Amino acid sequence: MSTGGTQSRSVTLRVWRQAGPEAPGRFVEYQAKDLNPNMSFLEMLDVVNDELTMKGEEPIAFAHDCREGICGTCSLVIDGKPHGPHRGIASCQTYLRSFEDGAVITVEPFRARPFPVVKDLVTDRSAFDKIQQAGGFITVRTGAAPEANVIPVPKGDAELAMDAAQCIGCGACAAACKNASAMLFVAAKVSHLGLLPQGQAERDRRVLAMVETMDGLGFGGCTNQYECSAACPKLISHDFIARLNRDYLAASIRSALKPVAQEGE
Amino acid sequence: MAQLNPRIPPGPLAEKWRRHKTEIKLVNPANKRKYEVIVVGAGLAGASAAATLAELGYKVSCFVFHDSPRRAHSIAAQGGINAAKNYQNDGDSVYRLFYDTIKGGDYRSREANVHRLAEVSVNIIDQCVAQGVPFAREYGGLLANRSFGGAQVSRTFYARGQTGQQLLLGAYSALSRAVGAGTVQLHANSEMLDLVVVDGHAKGIVARDLNTGVLSRHSADAVILATGGYGNVFNLSTYARGSNATAIWRAYKRGACFANPCFTQIHPTCIPVTGDYQSKLTLMSESLRNDGRIWVPKNREDCRKDPNSIAEESRDYYLERMYPAFGNLCPRDVASRAAKRVCDEGRGVGETGLGVYLDFSEAIGRLGEAGVRERYGNLFDIYREITDENAYKAPMRIFPAVHYTMGGLWVDYNLMSNVPGLFVLGEANFSDHGANRLGASALMQGLADGYFVIPYTVGDYLAGQSPAKRPSTEAPEFRQAEADVGGRTDKLFAVKGREPVSHFHKRLGNILWAGCGMARTKAGLEQALREIPALREEFWAQGHGVNVPGSGDNLNQSLERAGRVADFLELGELLCRDALAREESCGGHFREEHQYPDGECRRDDANFAHVAAWEYQGEGRDPARLVEPLNYEFVKMSVRNYK
Repeated sequence: MSTGGTQSRSVTLRVWRQAGPEAPGRFVEYQAKDLNPNMSFLEMLDVVNDELTMKGEEPIAFAHDCREGICGTCSLVIDGKPHGPHRGIASCQTYLRSFEDGAVITVEPFRARPFPVVKDLVTDRSAFDKIQQAGGFITVRTGAAPEANVIPVPKGDAELAMDAAQCIGCGACAAACKNASAMLFVAAKVSHLGLLPQGQAERDRRVLAMVETMDGLGFGGCTNQYECSAACPKLISHDFIARLNRDYLAASIRSALKPVAQEGE
Repeated sequence: MAQLNPRIPPGPLAEKWRRHKTEIKLVNPANKRKYEVIVVGAGLAGASAAATLAELGYKVSCFVFHDSPRRAHSIAAQGGINAAKNYQNDGDSVYRLFYDTIKGGDYRSREANVHRLAEVSVNIIDQCVAQGVPFAREYGGLLANRSFGGAQVSRTFYARGQTGQQLLLGAYSALSRAVGAGTVQLHANSEMLDLVVVDGHAKGIVARDLNTGVLSRHSADAVILATGGYGNVFNLSTYARGSNATAIWRAYKRGACFANPCFTQIHPTCIPVTGDYQSKLTLMSESLRNDGRIWVPKNREDCRKDPNSIAEESRDYYLERMYPAFGNLCPRDVASRAAKRVCDEGRGVGETGLGVYLDFSEAIGRLGEAGVRERYGNLFDIYREITDENAYKAPMRIFPAVHYTMGGLWVDYNLMSNVPGLFVLGEANFSDHGANRLGASALMQGLADGYFVIPYTVGDYLAGQSPAKRPSTEAPEFRQAEADVGGRTDKLFAVKGREPVSHFHKRLGNILWAGCGMARTKAGLEQALREIPALREEFWAQGHGVNVPGSGDNLNQSLERAGRVADFLELGELLCRDALAREESCGGHFREEHQYPDGECRRDDANFAHVAAWEYQGEGRDPARLVEPLNYEFVKMSVRNYK
C-alpha cells in the first residue's frame, strides 16, 4: 500500500500509553506535523518525543535499537498489524511515505499474554529466551569442534536451514496470532538446527524441551491460519510449522519407546 | 602514572601464543567454581566469553542492557568473517592473514596480537560450523568464500548478508545453554554504570535495572568488559541507537587507560544522509564491492543527470583508476577518503552532492539480474526500503559513514587493562586493528577474544587471586560507587533544562564530523576542542540545558540516553585531543598536514610508531598521554601501497 510521493505528511497518532506493568493503559492522541515522507516511523516517534520533552511531558517509551531490521527489538502494532502495513519488514523499516497525508494511525504494543507490557509500547519478551535456554542449541564445547569441512552439508539443506535461521526473535508471530502461539518461532529454531547434520544428536531432546517450555509459558496452540508468517519481518514460512509437528511427533514416539537421555540416532 | 607493560611473550612470532599458553598459570578444575567472573555485554565477544568461561567451570554473571543477549549490535554485521583456511587454494595462510591485517591497520597494531588472531581464526570457523551456523556452501556441500577489501585472496566466510546475525545467534545459543544449565546468571535490561576498584584491582560493578531503576552491586574476582565501540559519539553512524561508551568510559575514569581514541573507521559504502531528522545511517555491505563498480561523473555538469544517461567515457571509475591492483576492493579508509576527495571536487552525486555511484550494470550483464539477486538480494531490498529506488535499474548512491572504532581501552597481550582484573574484549579494546580495520575482521576478533583467548588468559590472573578475599558488596568502595551513580542520576534530573538529549547529541556529532571526521587539521581540532567543553557546559546548565522528564524508578529512556550522551560529551573531547597530538596520518586518522603529494597518508614512524594511551587525572585536569612503543620485529614497516 505504498502511497509514495514526496509531499510532507501530517498525521494523527493514537498511541497506547501505560505507566507500568500494573497500571491501566489508554490511547492518547498526538499530532505529528509537516514531516518528510522519507522519515522512518520510529524517527517520527523521536520527533514527537522531543516535542513532548520540551513541554515537560514524559515521552512515549518504545523498544528499538539497530533500526535496520535485524536486532528484533522494535515491536509496534501499527493499525492493528504487528510491524505495520508492509510484508517482510520490521517496524523500524516502515517509512512515512507508506501513509496518506492526514492519516489517523493507531500504535500499540505487541499483545500476547506471555509478553506483558513493561511501559507504553515496550513489552517483556524474555519468554523467547527461556524457550531457547531449554534446547535451542547444539551442545559443543569450545575447542572441541572438528575441522569445519569434515561434514559436508548439501547446499539445499544449508539454504533451507538459513531460511529458518533468519528469525530475529521479535515476537511478531505470537503477537499476530489470536492464540498467541509461538509455533513459528519454535519451528524456525527447531528446523534450522534439525536440518543440519550437526544438529541430529540432540534433535529429539531439543524439540521436546522447546515445545514443553513454550506450552508452559502460556503460548497457545497453532490455529493453522498463518497470521504468524504474514506478520514475520523475515517472511519465515509456515511450512516450518509442519516440520516442527513432524519432528515433535517422531520424537514423542521415540521417547516413549526409549528414554531420551540415552538417545543418539 | 599507570605502567603500560604489554607483556608480549618472547620468541619467534609463530611460537609466541603456543608457548604462552603452556607457560601461563592454570586454575585447577575444582577451584574454578570458587571464582566469580562478571561479563558485561553479550555481543560476539561477551557471549562467547561468558559461555566458554562457564564451560570451564567459573561462576559467570553476564550483564546486558538489551532485553535479550541476542540483540547486541554484532547482529547487524553483514558481509562475513575472515579465516586463514585456504579452502580456495589461492595461497592464503596464517602469515598472509596476519600480514594483511597489520598492513591494513597501517602498522599501528601489535604484531604478536595480530598473529594470534590469524592463528585462531581457523578454530573459529570450526567452532561456528559445529554450533550450526548456516554458512554459505558450494554444491559439493563444502564451505564457500568471497573476497573482501584489503586482501588478494578469498578468505571470507559468510551467511548471505547476515553473517553477524548467524554468528551471534551461535554464540547466543552457547550462552543460552549455559543459562539453562544454571552456569551463567543472566542479567538482562541491566546497564553497567560503574566499575568498582578495590586495592587497585577491578572487583565488581554497579548496575541499574533499566525497567525498575533499581541499582545493584555485584562483586567478582575479575570483570570482563565486552561492551562494543564508541562510534555513536558522532551521533549519526551505522551503530545501533543504544550502542554506547558508558561502561568503558566509567572504567577509564576509574583508572583504565584509553588507547588511540582517534582511530575511528569511516565505512565507504553507506546510504547517504537525507535529512536532519535522521537517527542512523545504514551500511551497504562491503561485499558489494566484489561486483559493484564505484564511479562519479568526470564532469561536474553531469552530476545531476540520470546516471544511466551518462556515457561510459564520461564516467570516472576513480578507485580502479587510482588503485589498479586492488581497484574497488581497496581498504575502507582509502576508499572513503577517495570518495570525499571526488565530492570535494564538486563531482558528488545526489541531492546533497555528498554521494558516489555504486553500479551493478556490468555485474548484471555478466551474471544476469538473478545472479546478482542471489548474491546480494537482501542488500538491494534494504536499499529499496530506505531510498524507494531500484538498484537493479539505476546505480546505488553511497557515501562514507562512521562504522567502527579501532581505539578502545588499552589491554596487554592477555587482554587485561592496566587495572589488574579488568579485561576488555572485542571492539571495546584497542589491540588488533591498528589505525584501520579490514572488512570481515571485527567478527573474527570478537570471537577470537571470547572463545579462544580470554579462557586461557583469565586463569593467569585468577590463579594469583584468592576467592576467599573477594570483597563484599558492603565494602566502602562498593557503597561509594553506588552513591556516585545515584548522584549522577540526580544531577541529570536536577538540570531541568529546555532541550531534549537529542539536541546535544546532534550538535556533538556535527562538531566531531567537521573537526575529527574523515580529514583532520590542527585548526579544526583546536576549534572542536573549544566547542565541545562549551557544549558540555550548555548541557549541564541549570534551567537551560538538558531536560530529562520522568523519574528514575522505572523505564526511562530519556534518562538512559542522557547518561550516555553526558559520557560522549567527555569522550568526544578525548578523541580530538588524541587526534591533535598524533602529528601524522595513518589509516583512518588523516591529518591534512601530513600527506604525500598524491594525497596518501604520510606516517611518521620515527615519532609515532606507538600506541597513545590516555590516563584520567581527575575532574578538570588534563589527561596524561602515555606511550607504548610498537616494536616491529618481523614485518618491515613500509608505505601502504594498494596501487
